[in-house]
Amino acid sequence: MATRPKPKVAVWKFASCDGCQLSLLDCEDELLAVLGEIELAYFPEATRMVVKGPYDISLVEGSITSPHDAERIHKVRRASKKLVTIGACATAGGIQALRNFADVKEYTSIVYASPQYIETLSHSTPIQNHVFVDFELRGCPINKAQLLEVVSAFLHGRKPVTPPHAVCLACKLNGTPCTMVAHGTPCLGPVTHTGCGAICPAFHRGCYGCFGPKETPNTTSLSNQWEKLGVDSATLMRAFRSFNAYAEPFRKESEAHERK
Amino acid sequence: MSASESAAKSKFVLRTNQIQALIDFLRERGYRTAGPTIRDCAVIYDEINNAEQIPLGVADEQEAGFYRVKKRKEAGYFSYVVGAHSWKKFLNPPRFTLWKAKMDNGEMSLVVDEPQAVPHYAFIGVRPCEIAAIAVQDRVYLDGPYVDNLYKERRSAIAIIAVNCAHPGGTCFCVSMDTGPEAKSGFDLALTEIQETNRHLFVATTGSDLGVEIAKALKLEPATPDDIADEAATIKRAAGKMGRKIDTSHINELLQRNEDHPRWNHVGDRCLNCANCTMVCPTCFCMTVEDTTDITGKTAERSRRWDSCFTIEFSHIHGGAVRTSASARYRHWMTHKLASWQDQFGVSGCVGCGRCITWCPVGIDITEEAAAIRASSRGE
Repeated sequence: MATRPKPKVAVWKFASCDGCQLSLLDCEDELLAVLGEIELAYFPEATRMVVKGPYDISLVEGSITSPHDAERIHKVRRASKKLVTIGACATAGGIQALRNFADVKEYTSIVYASPQYIETLSHSTPIQNHVFVDFELRGCPINKAQLLEVVSAFLHGRKPVTPPHAVCLACKLNGTPCTMVAHGTPCLGPVTHTGCGAICPAFHRGCYGCFGPKETPNTTSLSNQWEKLGVDSATLMRAFRSFNAYAEPFRKESEAHERK
Repeated sequence: MSASESAAKSKFVLRTNQIQALIDFLRERGYRTAGPTIRDCAVIYDEINNAEQIPLGVADEQEAGFYRVKKRKEAGYFSYVVGAHSWKKFLNPPRFTLWKAKMDNGEMSLVVDEPQAVPHYAFIGVRPCEIAAIAVQDRVYLDGPYVDNLYKERRSAIAIIAVNCAHPGGTCFCVSMDTGPEAKSGFDLALTEIQETNRHLFVATTGSDLGVEIAKALKLEPATPDDIADEAATIKRAAGKMGRKIDTSHINELLQRNEDHPRWNHVGDRCLNCANCTMVCPTCFCMTVEDTTDITGKTAERSRRWDSCFTIEFSHIHGGAVRTSASARYRHWMTHKLASWQDQFGVSGCVGCGRCITWCPVGIDITEEAAAIRASSRGE
């Protein structure tokens, strides 16, 4: 039987902390199996070797924050059969999207000694605002088991199992009682996309919303309940304005509390 | 009631220092013992093998969206009600691998793991509403044309040590649903905790051959007329202390004819569609099936896990989800639970345990919603 060539996978970095692409190298036990199935054709974090495109699957980490990157993402798209964005930066603009709520020119003038050399965009935006994205994998950082699931699904032409419902289901499947109800700890779980394994509530902490908004999130009702638990508007605004600040439902909710 | 059942219903006294003997007896009989214990600031159900794991001198405060464990002066063993878990987690595990298959040289074959012994559980501290909930799930999983073997294997192997409720919680309404506070059947042994100054014991009612064996093995003394009177008084007091009530008269017709009631939008504005109510509900039975492969594509796996009618994927069909709004999903759940469940399974899907009220993060109250619809119902 003739062996078919292994699918070529590329890993691209835009504005990000590298944490999500490191998740691929974190797959220690599975790494050899992964490398048995794919050819890591472009992954500067792991190897200097570069195999020319086109690539079967591109994993894209990071958001678009500069004119250069806004052009580069189109080249990546053209070189990729399937483009999968990984992490909160690539899917929602990341923590650097806090700039979207401020004046970037003012920031650069304060931060940099020679701001005239800084070429940056006023907004940090997710990849899907620029090119067609085949699949978005959420998280800050992504969950490595979900990354393996998505790569496996794309390699074998099936739908990835990454449900978009609330973190609450994962808590209940784990047997973790609700933090809001059992000890009055505010939690973003009811409006947050599952996928992390519901780690924080298992340690009696509220969810921080690392995976961004779930399907049909009711942020207003959750905020009302947080207020009943004694949380003020400024804290609510900051809770919704973190790694997924620019994801539409979280952005709207944080802005509602900013106006208060 | 059959002759053997009525013969089995005798009343004994179980001393508080005999709880360990009860646990030991059940374990010697091959059961894994599970019961209430405290974890994560709540009473939950887990495997216990020591009487000390049962929360002694603990009360629970329950309101809509509110739960707190508190110390109480009298050191009772069961002076709280149902907590964050229900027994369904033992009878229908939250996650379960159904089968695995592998591909070798183009040939697919099932991977047969070493058969895992089905755990035989003795549930200690099952409340009357929970016995009713297990009976509801029996109808769902066992009584139809398609029997769920995973449930059947587990269900047929359990022993039930019931505890009648002496201290109903703020969200309890078993009296309205006619499921408590006293267990009438469906147990092997039912305990009622009697707690007075200088007197602390359990009146134990046998409900099966196993219950009779327990009474014999532990050499339980017969209950005195005083004990039996105290038991009746305890249960009567409890029945008068329900935190909630619901008017169930013609509730099926009431909800069916109020599908356009404005209250559904009102509750839809509050509903987080987070699925907590369905996860904690002891009768909600929905599950989904997930298929995955490993990275090599040579091993496939099918597993099932609890699902909820509050997720979008639940009603996803070609073209999209059927119930996109939160109000539609809440209406679907509540109407099924209180109304159409009767048409489908011949009983109410609600047993009045109050979990969905307590564990809703925003405190949506099914009794309040039903009352609001009744108060301004359309037509007759």
